[in-house]
Amino acid sequence: MSEKFVVGYDGSDVSKRALDFAVSRAEAQGGSILIVHVLEWSPYSFLTPQEIEERHARRTEELERAEKALMAPLKSTIAAAGVPVETQIKYGHVAKTLCDVAKKEGATQMVIGRDGDGGLSSRVFGSVAGSLVQVAPVPCTIVP
Amino acid sequence: MTRLVPAAVLAAFFTMSGALAASAQSIDETINGIFASSTGWFVSLIFSNFPGTSFPWIVGWLVIAATVFTVYFGVIQFRAFGHAIALVKGDYSDPNDAGEVSHFQALATALSGTVGLGNIAGVAVAIGIGGPGATFWMILAGLLGMASKFTECTLGVKYRNEYANGTVSGGPMYYLTKGFAERGVGGGRILAILFSIFCILGALGGGNMFQANQAHAQLTNVFGEYPGWITGVVFAGIVFAVIVGGLKSIARVTEKVVPFMGVIYVGTALIIILMNYDKIGWAFGQIFAGAFTGLGVAGGFVGALIQGFKRAAFSNEAGVGSAAIAHSAVRTKEPITEGFVSLLEPLIDTVIVCTMTALVIIITGQLIADPNTGNYLLNEAGTAIQTVGDTSGVALTSAAFSSSISGFKYVLALAVILFAFSTMISWSYYGLKAWTYLFGEGKAQELTFKLIFCLFVVIGAAASLGPVIDFSDAAIFAMAVVNIIGLYVLMPIVKREMNSYLSRLKSGEIKKFT
Repeated sequence: MSEKFVVGYDGSDVSKRALDFAVSRAEAQGGSILIVHVLEWSPYSFLTPQEIEERHARRTEELERAEKALMAPLKSTIAAAGVPVETQIKYGHVAKTLCDVAKKEGATQMVIGRDGDGGLSSRVFGSVAGSLVQVAPVPCTIVP
Repeated sequence: MTRLVPAAVLAAFFTMSGALAASAQSIDETINGIFASSTGWFVSLIFSNFPGTSFPWIVGWLVIAATVFTVYFGVIQFRAFGHAIALVKGDYSDPNDAGEVSHFQALATALSGTVGLGNIAGVAVAIGIGGPGATFWMILAGLLGMASKFTECTLGVKYRNEYANGTVSGGPMYYLTKGFAERGVGGGRILAILFSIFCILGALGGGNMFQANQAHAQLTNVFGEYPGWITGVVFAGIVFAVIVGGLKSIARVTEKVVPFMGVIYVGTALIIILMNYDKIGWAFGQIFAGAFTGLGVAGGFVGALIQGFKRAAFSNEAGVGSAAIAHSAVRTKEPITEGFVSLLEPLIDTVIVCTMTALVIIITGQLIADPNTGNYLLNEAGTAIQTVGDTSGVALTSAAFSSSISGFKYVLALAVILFAFSTMISWSYYGLKAWTYLFGEGKAQELTFKLIFCLFVVIGAAASLGPVIDFSDAAIFAMAVVNIIGLYVLMPIVKREMNSYLSRLKSGEIKKFT
């Protein structure tokens, strides 16, 4: 069975490092890459009437922007290296959504970066990497 | 640049306030006089009685409609209750639609427009005039109103406009025109125009002046007397900053704080009720006795009934059509699902929150009764029940809460101001939608309405309660006159949607995603 790497990607330097790491492993093992960009979103947040009216339009814009600015450039460069690549853009809680995608797509490994910022907010609220360590359904590599 | 505008206007307001402070009291009186004389005819028209009775026809209109919908849809408010909760929890939401407006968000936003002063001040007005019995009729009106809300919100989603840029506009204006055309019934356009006019008046009245007025009443209750226009100018400045200046941060903070204030309010009410647990049975006794005998209130049990129905309608807005505007932007393939979700609104607003206020006022013994007869004593004019501190409206609620938990009046003042503010923001949106329906979309048209809206904040805070509350009620009920005609014409469409959906739900064609 060929390896399928789910990579959490948000355009930051650490997520680029995570992606590079995953691509090099996939290249070596003959696996494929699934890049997932998650836009943080809760269906239980509160919106003003104006925001509600514009929500569908904003969402369409956000998806287009993410596809154009983040995903499209990656696809061509990684495919050029000979590694099969797919992309997905999702809304939701970042760690939970990554796990859902990994399960649904039958991924064998997950790769994400961490910013190494052990600040107060991540102590209180937890970090994506920290949550994934606890709940990831497949082996998970955290790239510093 | 836009950031500078609110600051400049605020500065202008404050300069003005310094110059005018000397003649403050007379400004309030002048505004009050002009306001009362110019709106009186409209109020009398809406609140005229059925010939030969003392029963306002508009109250009958609302209750009959709610009863008709309840019967026509086979007590849908109880049949679909569990499903409504499942929808709000997101059990039936497609995960691929994440990032769109969820049922929960549509409900929460609509609620923050309705849970407001109607629940705090309005209930106190009802109890103060109609006695404890008004509570019974209020709860009944809330339960029946769930069916009205179900009908109008389903139609709001079904006939909304979706524009090329992805934004949506919905509400009675749209279902009155599109729905009537679909059924081949004439007059939809005229009704839509009438609705829009009343909606603008309602937005300026109940959605604005009443809120400003009661926020000011609560502030003077806490900080002592000072001229109303000062509150008005400050409020107008903040509203201006949000709706004209586009300061989303203020609106966002309010939207987040309001639900917590709601929880604190209900929680405190529960604590006070439990502190007086020995009187709970007695309080319900008063509510039932008052509902059918009146216990000496002006107008007897009919007086209690009218007050209960009126304030319930004013608080939960069922049948008024405003909720149809708020709910219409939800992401769903089935308009009826938003109808199911919306029927929770009168339940939360009226049956739960309003009843809490009523119980606290009754249990803490704010109303003065004759120890010999058990009947309530009326004030000198015979228009309202005597209260311990001679209070009415929001001040009565405040006195009731403070009598058990001293200092709660400060929390209540904060709650009142936040509720008032969030209701104003919601209604400025409803009014704006009606305004742009009449005058077309465009920056200039929108700005005109928003400036008028801010001006009415000042008028509302400066005028005295009587004329403001009369006009607010009249304008909001006028919306219901038009909207309910539309609901009667279009209810077969809702029934078709409902039957189709429920049978697919039963057959398992519509499945949970979780």
